[in-house]
Amino acid sequence: MKRTQKENLIRGFFCLLALLSIFFLLGIVIVLFKEGLPIFKDTSLGKFLFGKFWYPTYEPPDFGILPLLLGSFLVTLGALIIAVPLGVASAIYISEVAPSKMREFIKPVIELLAGIPSVLYGFFGMVIVAPLVAKFFNLPVGLNAFTASIVLGIMAIPTITSISEDAISALPKRFKEASFALGANKWETTLRVTLPAAAGGISTAIILGMGRVIGETMTVLMVAGGAAVIPRSFFQPVRTMTATIAAEMGETVVGSLHFHSLFAIAIVLFVITLSFNILADLLTQRFRRRLE
Amino acid sequence: MSSRKIKEFVGFAILRLATFLIFSALFIILYFISIRGIKVIDWQFLTQMPCEGMTAGGILPAILGTFYLTLCAICFALPLGVAAAIYLTEYARQGRLVRIIRIGINNLAGVPSIVFGLFGLGVFVKYFGFGISILSGGLTLGILILPTIIRASEEALLAVPKSFREASLALGTTKWQTIYRVVLPNAISGILTGSILGIGRAAGETAPILFTAVTFYSARLPNSIFSEVQALPYHIYALMTEGTHPESQVPIAYGTALVLLFLVLGVDLIAIIIRNRARRKKW
Repeated sequence: MKRTQKENLIRGFFCLLALLSIFFLLGIVIVLFKEGLPIFKDTSLGKFLFGKFWYPTYEPPDFGILPLLLGSFLVTLGALIIAVPLGVASAIYISEVAPSKMREFIKPVIELLAGIPSVLYGFFGMVIVAPLVAKFFNLPVGLNAFTASIVLGIMAIPTITSISEDAISALPKRFKEASFALGANKWETTLRVTLPAAAGGISTAIILGMGRVIGETMTVLMVAGGAAVIPRSFFQPVRTMTATIAAEMGETVVGSLHFHSLFAIAIVLFVITLSFNILADLLTQRFRRRLE
Repeated sequence: MSSRKIKEFVGFAILRLATFLIFSALFIILYFISIRGIKVIDWQFLTQMPCEGMTAGGILPAILGTFYLTLCAICFALPLGVAAAIYLTEYARQGRLVRIIRIGINNLAGVPSIVFGLFGLGVFVKYFGFGISILSGGLTLGILILPTIIRASEEALLAVPKSFREASLALGTTKWQTIYRVVLPNAISGILTGSILGIGRAAGETAPILFTAVTFYSARLPNSIFSEVQALPYHIYALMTEGTHPESQVPIAYGTALVLLFLVLGVDLIAIIIRNRARRKKW
């Protein structure tokens, strides 16, 4: 009896520790809401989300995050335009075309790209990409949404490549064999059979890539220019939600409206990334079920 | 050549080109940071304090700060992560609880790093009163890398063949004895790989330590777990954005960037090599 009791105790202990991830996630939600909600006593939710002016230090202050939301969406869109074609194409190359030796070389390279810290991407964007963009497009400074999109695009590629590649490799062999048996060549099979069949997994990859980009802080803080105005073109400096939190939190007084407004931005950010994750999760499950 | 063959040739060429472009992106980043950074780095740069208002001198405090923060993060996350992985692979039966735990892990992994920073500020810095310190920053980073460690440990535990467990249980051991004496020793190298990847991640993150641990300049080295510190990633950011003498600060930033790159990618590369070897291993 004693032995089983001890075993149950150990089991319960591990279960408790496994539940910690949930506790941390809940803790994050609680902290964000506790510190973020007070702003809505001053500014209504509608005014917060759709207000066109972010002047947190003016008297009276304006807490409209529309410019920041649009800034985040603009650089995310730009990054996806770069990362999706490159990421998906390289995933197809790795799983369908590359010889196995090549594959064993490429996959670590993609992982290394994922391992580079975002501050180094930001640094690279500032010292290399921005001057090039400024020169090429004849701008006084190269720190704008376009430059940020390029750098964020490179950062999103590893996520998109590796998850798409997993989705393509997970397809049963018989799909391709059936296509070959009908006389299709490798390219036709890839285009008409493999890609449509893996579409669910590839969309998961794209959504997770989006989540990575929209939550990215240091890169946009360093290269996007930082102007909190509603962007009209890719060649304007923009400021994202993440960059606003990072840049302004150090200067706020704890407990001030400005302080609470930054936590409220984090709520918006958290809700966006959480819904991306849940969507990706649902798509993966559907994709797996359809394969079975 | 028939038009079908030409299409196939062109299609594959496009795929190759895309992959090549990704390669060149990595190459260009490594190339510029390496050749410009190496000029700045010497023994003094690595072992001296910064001086003259961050426009000269070395980066020793930043190197040490990153080391302490990472150490603190891994000491916190490794035991918790391994324990969670043991529960998920060895004890749990598939069901609602496991699904909830997995949802928690997946979503924790997707939380933007700046949000972790706010959480650390709210909980460790303010609520627990640890202040801006190694402890606050390390714990924040620890939570951030927890999902990485859980996933890697799970993979390592699952790779231990079922027959090992059955053989041990057949000898009359309890479940815990089997895990402790048989499963864990066989999974340890995989678990270490996971923690190495976590180290790489923790060492490179900036946003989570922004309001929990770092300072641009400290005149002395940290002397306790409650000291605020300099850190390599933040040092690069601060040199690039807060300095008043870019002509002397940008080269220091290049040197710091190379040190960080070397550290993070070196650590990642070691982990990748160990893991790929382990995956090929047949029991």
